[in-house]
Amino acid sequence: MLENIIVFVLASLIGAEVISKVPQTLHTPLMSGSNAISGITIVGALLVAGMVGGVAAKWIGVAALVVATINVVGGFMVTDRMLQMFKKRKAPEQK
Amino acid sequence: MMKNYIDIAYLVAAVLFIYGLKGLTSPATARRGNQLAALGMLIAVIATLLIAKVLTPIEMIGGLVLGGAIGALLSKRVAMTGMPELVAAFNGFGGLASALVASAELYRYLGPDQASTLAIEPMSISSMVTIALSVLIGSITFSGSFVAFGKLSERISGNPISFPGMRFLTLLFAVVTVGGAVYMSMGASEFPGISVPVLYALGAVAVASLILGILLVVPIGGADMPVVVALLNSYSGMAAAATGFVLDNTALIVSGALVGASGVILTNIMCEGMNRSLLNVLIGGFGGDSGGAGASTFSTEGKSVTATSADDVAILLTYAEKVIIVPGYGMAVAQAQHQVRELADLLIEKGVDVKFAIHPVAGRMPGHMNVLLAEANVPYDLLYEMDDINGEFDSTDVSLIIGANDVVNPAARHDTASPIYGMPILNVDYSRNVIFMKRSMRPGYSGIDNELFFGDNTRMLFGDAKDSLTALISEVKAS
Repeated sequence: MLENIIVFVLASLIGAEVISKVPQTLHTPLMSGSNAISGITIVGALLVAGMVGGVAAKWIGVAALVVATINVVGGFMVTDRMLQMFKKRKAPEQK
Repeated sequence: MMKNYIDIAYLVAAVLFIYGLKGLTSPATARRGNQLAALGMLIAVIATLLIAKVLTPIEMIGGLVLGGAIGALLSKRVAMTGMPELVAAFNGFGGLASALVASAELYRYLGPDQASTLAIEPMSISSMVTIALSVLIGSITFSGSFVAFGKLSERISGNPISFPGMRFLTLLFAVVTVGGAVYMSMGASEFPGISVPVLYALGAVAVASLILGILLVVPIGGADMPVVVALLNSYSGMAAAATGFVLDNTALIVSGALVGASGVILTNIMCEGMNRSLLNVLIGGFGGDSGGAGASTFSTEGKSVTATSADDVAILLTYAEKVIIVPGYGMAVAQAQHQVRELADLLIEKGVDVKFAIHPVAGRMPGHMNVLLAEANVPYDLLYEMDDINGEFDSTDVSLIIGANDVVNPAARHDTASPIYGMPILNVDYSRNVIFMKRSMRPGYSGIDNELFFGDNTRMLFGDAKDSLTALISEVKAS
């Protein structure tokens, strides 16, 4: 338990450090991208659905798996779609 | 041994997530960063599939394929204008998944084969606490996000909704939620031997937190949505981290912490952009019809606005040396971003120095304006953050305000009685000419009149932003 708390606190600090440098222009992709990362529950869903347990545990796990996969796949794809639209000004000579 | 490989795979995934987020610190590296994070996720999933003795591969693959197909479809079909509600919905799915995983973990202790392959230890109090917490945060995130989704997609009124006794009801359900969680934890020592009371308590926690999520978001008005969306984003991370504590899984804890931190930072930036505390936003009710207007010293009596026409504005713009465009939520509503870009292109071609000034809380989610303008092919280096451009307004010939209001109201600087006093604003009133494109004289979200409408160098161009811009574009072309 204590180990987990240590990991949590350190990861939060790293996250805060990295994310405070994200410019305003990328705030939306940051949200959708980080949301896809929070879809890491997909791993938890796989674990609970795959372990020895009752029927209830399995099907709740499968439901969680579907929802988490929507989050992961949808989140990363839509972030990619957004980011490919962000373009720099063309150099004058290209015009 | 196998466990070690898995942990290394999770570590690799976590490192890729961090590098992915780091990529997002610049638009040039952002896309690659997102792909790195996705790769990390793939590694984590494959590793889990390989090690977790998958007993029911059909259901697993079925679940992955179904969820993947829905996710892909949603992300392909959404229009950029629909992005705020999609982000809200994804947050909700994240919360729901966490709540479900924690519940499944509890049900696992009730499995029929307790005696067989895996010896299940009796549940510790700390496990029960984390399960309760995970269900609680996950459920609030889920229902709150879907209310936000409803408001953003205008399926529910964007106005703050409240009724008598609402705060009492909110408090009541908060007490039920916490009480249920405490009850669950107290039942841990007997669980799974005596399981029924714990399961009922779980149900109570889940239902009460779902209602709580609704009650918490419903009273918050449309323009405060950037704060709500950012906050729910952080909740979805916290929920994932809580689930990580339930499963004793480092990958979940690290990723959840990263996302939680990201959401907290965004929430902070949004609150600062409105000069309001988080509590003030959450209590809500801001911007209703009765909102604040009476207190301000500013009165519209005896003042009049000057309306203008597209051809006059076109002349003004073409002869300007420097123009700053200030987009707001009105541009998103009118979906006028493409016309904005066309106008900017025309002016740039004529040698005008054109820049965009983006207020941090413009629109309905963090970065909303930037995404819309990127979609319309406006290069991101023309977009300036508030602090970077505020010094440039006094050397600007024309500030063109498209569907923004409160974020340019000078009352925020000097009128201590104004409800938006202290909010950082774009100093458009320092520029030589101010053109407001507005549908009508309706006040902004805060419910107060904008004194800038009545300024000597302000001209109002009334009409739908898209129509006005189209007229403006043809006038500029003709000149």
